[in-house]
Amino acid sequence: MEPVIRFRSAVAFAGRFPVLAGVDLDVSGGDVVLLRGANGAGKTSILRAAAGLLRVVSGEARVLGSDLVLDQRAVRRRIGLLGHTSGLYDDLGVSDNVRFALRSSGVSSDRASCALETLGLVGRLADTPVRSLSAGQRRRVALAVLLARDPELWLLDEPHAGLDADHRDLLDGLVKSAASRGRTVVIASHESDRAEPLAGHIATVAGGVVVEVAPGPACRGSEPAEVERIVA
Amino acid sequence: MWRDALLVGSKDLRIEFRSRVTTTQVAPYAVLVLVLFGFAFDQDQNLLTKAAAGLFWVAVLLSSLLAVQRSYAIEATDGARDSLRLSGLDPAGIFLGKTLAVVAELLVLEVLLGFGVVVLFGIELHDPALLVVTCLAASVGLAAAGTLYGMIAAGLRVRETLLPLLILPVVAPVLLGATQAWMAALGTAGGGTDGWKWLSLLISFTVIYVAAGSLAFSILVEES
Repeated sequence: MEPVIRFRSAVAFAGRFPVLAGVDLDVSGGDVVLLRGANGAGKTSILRAAAGLLRVVSGEARVLGSDLVLDQRAVRRRIGLLGHTSGLYDDLGVSDNVRFALRSSGVSSDRASCALETLGLVGRLADTPVRSLSAGQRRRVALAVLLARDPELWLLDEPHAGLDADHRDLLDGLVKSAASRGRTVVIASHESDRAEPLAGHIATVAGGVVVEVAPGPACRGSEPAEVERIVA
Repeated sequence: MWRDALLVGSKDLRIEFRSRVTTTQVAPYAVLVLVLFGFAFDQDQNLLTKAAAGLFWVAVLLSSLLAVQRSYAIEATDGARDSLRLSGLDPAGIFLGKTLAVVAELLVLEVLLGFGVVVLFGIELHDPALLVVTCLAASVGLAAAGTLYGMIAAGLRVRETLLPLLILPVVAPVLLGATQAWMAALGTAGGGTDGWKWLSLLISFTVIYVAAGSLAFSILVEES
């Protein structure tokens, strides 16, 4: 079976700087892969290349069966990226942001309310403009979008950053749940104590290449009831 | 494509409705420009009347720069542009949606400035149909060219200062066509000026800008 992500000697540039310098990486369907490495190692660039936001100029880059070297937009609707930024509009309310994100991704906005409830973004908070939210609350809104979209491939860049303890636990549960449903998850994180227990494989990134891939703790979690409702 | 355009356009307008930037900043700026023109030409009412159409469209043009800059400013915050790219929306739909939102804002401004011209400059309307159709065509032309060049400038560090330099030469035909058509409609043009012919020129450029934007936007969205 073809891997969900298959990079071979993948090279990408940010300006003139080679942020990916020949990445080799296979990620199988349903796996949770942790990317770890120092700042500037290339973890975020791998995620952005897999999402089709960073153009791979040479080598092979296949994601969900599509060749991103030929068409970097091919798989975007099947991918969810939780990046350093929230991707939200400051002047829109929480609920409006989630509904717009769902509708623009071709997903029914009916899923929004369940996701917002799961992330605790209900009541007055649902109508609050995003500009008034804390960094952690913004993170939860972005996570609500990802959860409601429930894409085939989850790309999470430092997903625990800014979240309080309860929502970190919730995030871990959502990742386990996604993997148990056959979703593939790639996490870039410095927080080994949080992210490693989730990982089926751990890839070490340095200097724009993957230098080692090792097995991680098995990842098969129970399905939270909220998630079952949303994806039903 | 049109579904995506309506989605993006309604989102942009909802943001404007909530933030009120157009009503509290762009509209007062446009009126201020018109009033200052009035002060500058106050000694010569005849000249003011003759120049009214040009002054109106220069005020609209300057305001459209603010509207276009605002249209991209909302995408620049907190990675919103990446989200838009990741959504898989049709780039032509994004272009048309953003254009439609700017058109709506410009039409509101033009109504406001139209009252201003009548009240401040003492203008009489001779051909309202030509006025209205010219406003529609010129608004679409300005918004389409602005949205296209706004995306070119969007990824650049110096976008705020570069955008007017890029847009103003390109929209000169819109300014010329709209001004001449309006002069005919206001009865301030010289004898023999056919406003509807100028409108045809204006519509031709508008069609070119809309077509170019729809085709080029997919590349610009990825490269900016």
